[in-house]
Parts: sequence; C-alpha cells; structure tokens
Amino acid sequence: MAAAAFQPIAPRPAPVRTEGALPWLKRNLFSNLPSTVATIILVGLALWWLPQLISWALVKAVYVPSFTECQAARGIGACWGVITEKYRLILFGRYPFEEQWRPLIATGAMVAVLMASCVRAFWRPWLVLLWAAMLALFFGLMFGGFAGLQHVPTDRWGGLPLTVMLATLSIGLAFPLAVVVALGRRSKMPAIRTICVIYVELIRGVPLISVLFMASFMFPLFMPPGTSIDVLLRVLVGITLFSGAYMAEIVRGGLQAIPKGQQEAADTLGLSYWQAQRKVILPQALAMVVPGIMNNFIAIFKDTSLVTIVSLYELTGAMGLALNSDSDWRPFKIEAYFFIAAIYFAFCFSMSRYSLWIEKRLSASKNR
Amino acid sequence: MTASASPPRTPPRQRDWSWRSRHVRGLIYQVVALGLIGLALWFLVHNTLTNMRVRGIQSGFDFLASPAGFDIGEHLIPYQSNDPYWMAFLVGVLNTLRVAVIGIVLTTILGTLLGIGRFSNNALVRGLCYAYVELFRNVPILLQLLMWYLFLVQALPPAGEPKSILGVFYIGAGGLSYPVPVWGLGQALAGAGALLGVLLSWLWARSARLHFERTGRPRAVLLPAIAFVLGGAILGWVVGGSPTAWNIPKAGGFSIEGGNSMTPEFIAVLLGLTLYTASYVAEVVRAGIAAVPHGQGEAAGALGLSKGQQMRLVSMPQALRVIIPPMTNQYLNLTKNSSLAVAIGYPDVVSIANTAINQTGRAVECIAIVMLVYLTTSLGTSALMNWYNKRAAIKER
Repeated sequence: MAAAAFQPIAPRPAPVRTEGALPWLKRNLFSNLPSTVATIILVGLALWWLPQLISWALVKAVYVPSFTECQAARGIGACWGVITEKYRLILFGRYPFEEQWRPLIATGAMVAVLMASCVRAFWRPWLVLLWAAMLALFFGLMFGGFAGLQHVPTDRWGGLPLTVMLATLSIGLAFPLAVVVALGRRSKMPAIRTICVIYVELIRGVPLISVLFMASFMFPLFMPPGTSIDVLLRVLVGITLFSGAYMAEIVRGGLQAIPKGQQEAADTLGLSYWQAQRKVILPQALAMVVPGIMNNFIAIFKDTSLVTIVSLYELTGAMGLALNSDSDWRPFKIEAYFFIAAIYFAFCFSMSRYSLWIEKRLSASKNR
Repeated sequence: MTASASPPRTPPRQRDWSWRSRHVRGLIYQVVALGLIGLALWFLVHNTLTNMRVRGIQSGFDFLASPAGFDIGEHLIPYQSNDPYWMAFLVGVLNTLRVAVIGIVLTTILGTLLGIGRFSNNALVRGLCYAYVELFRNVPILLQLLMWYLFLVQALPPAGEPKSILGVFYIGAGGLSYPVPVWGLGQALAGAGALLGVLLSWLWARSARLHFERTGRPRAVLLPAIAFVLGGAILGWVVGGSPTAWNIPKAGGFSIEGGNSMTPEFIAVLLGLTLYTASYVAEVVRAGIAAVPHGQGEAAGALGLSKGQQMRLVSMPQALRVIIPPMTNQYLNLTKNSSLAVAIGYPDVVSIANTAINQTGRAVECIAIVMLVYLTTSLGTSALMNWYNKRAAIKER
C-alpha cells in the first residue's frame, strides 16, 4: 500500500460579509428584481418630490407675519407667517389676551403631571396628591376671580388647554366607571349584567357626535326647569360616558384574561367579592390593559376635536375662529391646519411610543 | 348494566332568606339597581316633559310627514325641497351608506396593501408603510377631513372652467364628472349574465371541491370563475344588441352637463375616511400576519406547497381568525366617523338631522332617529361580520 500523496484540500472561501452598510443595502434594497425596481421608483419619486417640498416648506417660505409678503409667495412658498401672527389665538382661543399666561402655566402643569405619571418611579401614593394640587392649580388659574386675577367664564376658554383638559379629565373620570361596568358585565346577577350590556352596546353603536349633540341640545331639557349647566361640563359628561363604554370593554378584556383559578383561590381564602376583586383580580387585570387604556386615551385626545362642532373652541375650533374672521389671512388656512396637525401628532405619537414601551415592559416579565 | 349513569347528586338547595345568603343579597342589589335606574329615567323623562311644556316645544314624529323645505345637494333618490322630512332623512341615510360602503371597500384594499407592505423585504417600502400609518393615525379624523376639503376647494379649478382629463372626465370646484353607460336592455342583460356566471362559478367550485375530496387532484377554480362571470356578462350584452352609448359629460356654459358626478364634499369625506381608517386596517392586518408562527409557513413548505398555496391554505386562514374581529371594529368606526361629514357640509344623516333640528326644534326626535340609524347599521354590520367570523373560526369538537 503506497502512502497516499498529501492532497491539500482547496481553501474554503472567506465567509460572506453580513455586517456593514453594503450587505445591508443588498439585503434590504436590492435583494431581488421587484425589490430593486421598487427601490429605484421610490428613490426617483423622492428625488423629484422632496426638493419641491423642501423648497415650499422651508426655503421659499415666509416666516414673518407680513400679509403682503405671504400674498407674494402664494403657490411658491408656505406662509408660516400666519402662525407667527395668530399662534396665540390658535393656542388659547378667546381667552383674554393679556391673561394668556394663565392657560399657558395651567396647561404646562397638566402636561408635566401627565408626563410624571408615566414614570414608574413616581407611581406612589403622593402622586394622587400631586394630581389634586395640579387640578386645583389648573382650575384656579383658568377661572381666576381671586387674588386680583380677572374672572374668566368657561365660554372664553379655548385652544390647547381645553383639548388637554377634556381628554385628561374624561379619561380620569371614565376609568372608575369603566371598571365598575366591566365587573358588572361579568356579574352573575342578570339585571346588573343586562344594564351594563345595554349601556356599553348602546354607546358603542352610536357616533361620538350624536352623544355630543345630545349633551348640547337635549341635556338642558333633562334637567329640572330653571337649572342651567355649563356647556363645558355637559360636553365633559358626554365624552366621559362615551369613553367609559369603550374603556369598559378594554378592562373586560383584561378581566377575561385572568385564569379562573385566581378567583377560586381568592374564594378559598375566604375573601369577599370586593376583596377578591381589589386585591387579586383587578391588580393583575389592570396591569394587563394599560396599553389598551393608553390607546383609548389617544383616541379620546383626537376625538376632543369634535367638540368644535357643538361650538366649544378647542384647538381645531380656535384655529377656525382665528382665521375665519380675518379675510386677509384666511387664504393661508392650510398652513394653520398643518400647524395644529403637528401639535396633535406630537402628542399622539409620543403617547403611542409610550404605550409600545410599556407593552414591552409588561410582556418582559412574561417572556423571561 | 344500567341503562344510564345515575345523575350526579346535587346538594340540597338551601333557601336561606337571611342577609348572609348570596342569592338574597344579589336579589336585593338588583332590585335596588333597577329601582335607581328607573328613578333616574323617570326623573329625566319627567323633566323633559315639564321643560317641553314650559317652553312650548311640540313633540312627536308627526313633523316627518310635513314638507322639509330645504334642498339637498346630492341625492341618490329623486328629492325636491317640498318633499316631506322622512324623504330628507332617507336621502341622508343613503348618503351615509354610500360613503360608508365605498369607504369600507377602498380602505380594506389600501389597508391590506399597507399591512402586507410592513413585511416587505425592501426597507424603503417597509419604511414608507410605517410612516404612512404613524402619520395618518396620529392626526384627528375631523382635522384630516377639513384639510382634504380645504385642499380640494383651493386646488380645484373654478366650477365655470373645469379641467378635462382625456376629454371624458371633468374636475372642477363643482366636483368630478365621469361618463356612465346609458342604461338599456343590453346593460340589464349583461348584469343578469354576470349573476348567472356567479351561480355557475359557485356550482363549479362545489364540484371542484367534491372532485378534490374524492380523488385528491385539485382543479382550477379562480380562472374558470372569472371566465364564467365575464362570459355571462358579455353574452348578455351581445344578446341585448351590444349597446355602446355612453353618457359623456360635456363642459357647458356654466356647469358640466351629462354623465354622473361626485361633489367635492363627497370626495373629501371619502378620501379622508379611507386614508385615516386604512392606517388602522394596516395595523390590524400586520398584527394578524405576525400572529401566525413562522413554523406554519415552514411546515407548509416542507410538505411541498408552493408559496401561493402556503399563503392561501395555511397562513391566510389562521391570520384571518385574528384579523376579522378588529377589522369589524374598524368598519364600524368608519361608518360612525362618516357622521363627521357634517363638518364639511356633506349631506349625511347627521347633517340632515341638524338642519331639521334648527327648522323644527324637535331635538329629541331627530337625535333619536340619528342614533337609531347608527345603531341599526352597527348591529347589522357586526351581525354580518360575526357570521363570517364563525365561518373562519377554528372548527373545534
């Protein structure tokens, strides 16, 4: 047997680079023919369209509040001057002009406390006190009428404070209602269950605007003769009842996800119905539905724009108020629309990011 | 052998009429709750009646028979201003349904495309779909409707000098005019032929399924079905004398004459609702597709199914189960959001009710009609979708 001659194996090719910019481009933009075609079309569109957009929105735009300059730039550049001219009217509506520092501080406080409530480290008992203090500050500043502050009735309130306040208060008030209704819908008592089902399905079957019409046209008829209730309060009640029904369904979803054994274990320990709900079921269920409630909050924040249809001038309404009465600036309404759309977007987008983050945190404990 | 197992023994029922008994307490709670609600309702109704008497407001639905006295810009059924109120409401309901049905179809197509686009292997397509969803989802629908309407009003040429597209479409501040075929025997027969084609396709699909179950060999279904429907339609058209007359809009002195038209209000409502709801539908579709585990597709591949078969037979049925319930919600949302058309003057049912309230002062009745219309549509849609959902649900023992 002759010893086999040494035969070196051919060297293996170097591993294909999978990291870095070029492989990423190949994988994500040019992986096959359709993908390449899509990339070329989209890049082409962007090259054609983006310069025009930038030129309109930034380069050729007019930033100074000069009506004549805006008129000259029509069709060529955006007129952001309408914002510099009208931003206080848009943001604060018909609130007295010299007093507008008050809604500014009030809204700032409310947004700050809302943001603080998003931080886990602040979920302590004193947060409730903080909320109470903030609400006292908010309504104190908005109403005035003490310590030399001019009294401002609610029909002069408007703009961003109204939007933030309506959304926050209606969600805050709807939450306890939703928990009670959700528990009622799962109750073994037929009458209670029927009442809750009727409430939820009735409200969810009709649009918010009909509820608002009801609050504005019919509510005065419901009250004893001679009483008059502020339209802001009526609308707040309407939105609360509306969001309560939707939130009840979210909470019910959380309740359904709790295994039956939890309730049985609580019964075995001798806890009463309310003890079991308070100490065992609700803490687990509510933690699960935080993202859903966040989404509901976003929906209600957007839906507050509908109160403009029943003549309350929140952000959308205040913008219409600011421009409709001024024939000089009215042609530049679309820029003002972009402005308030950007405000809504900033609020809603950040809230939806927070909702996603908290969803990840919640599932992190499950996906160890 | 005993004929049947003895029934499980139930513990003797205790009738304990004391406060400690859960049943008794439940009964008391329910009576109290019903009593409170009845009291509240009585309070509200009593106040309403008193208020109406004090203010001299008439009530009742008799006003529905009296002439409405206002014009409605677009109507699917013939309507004049001296027609009664109930006709006006009917026109409003039909307008609502028109925008809702077309909107649902368009939003489903656009939303599904966007949702699938989120899984594209092209980063630009992925990013674009993501940007679209975030942009349209986070701005209130009312604002979007107002913006589209303003944009259309500003961008469209004035009604007197509309722009013509290919000589058959005209677009201007008066709306979009488009040609329609002149309705005649040919069209009616074509429709009947298409219906016959649908019936034939259904029979063919049934026989193909039976054949597959018997022999295991698949038969093409989609292409024959298309052929049946098209063939039926063409056959009917030819039998009816193959009419080719079209009602083509022409620019007249002041307005467009002939053809059919959509008003800018309708276009704005449709555009706004479709684009807004599509962003939600896209998320629903994405979540549905993401909910199907990777292993399902891989297993189907291992069994030798083609990519299309994998999608159609394995992934899609499972994804649909997740998609249908939230999709129903989005359809309902679209229908309910169509009520915002009142803000830009599209004569939907809310807008008609608003006018009627201002003219007659019968707020309670008009709002009740609006709520009833939406409740019926909502319950109807959800019943339909529940039926479809049951068909798509897992067949369990």
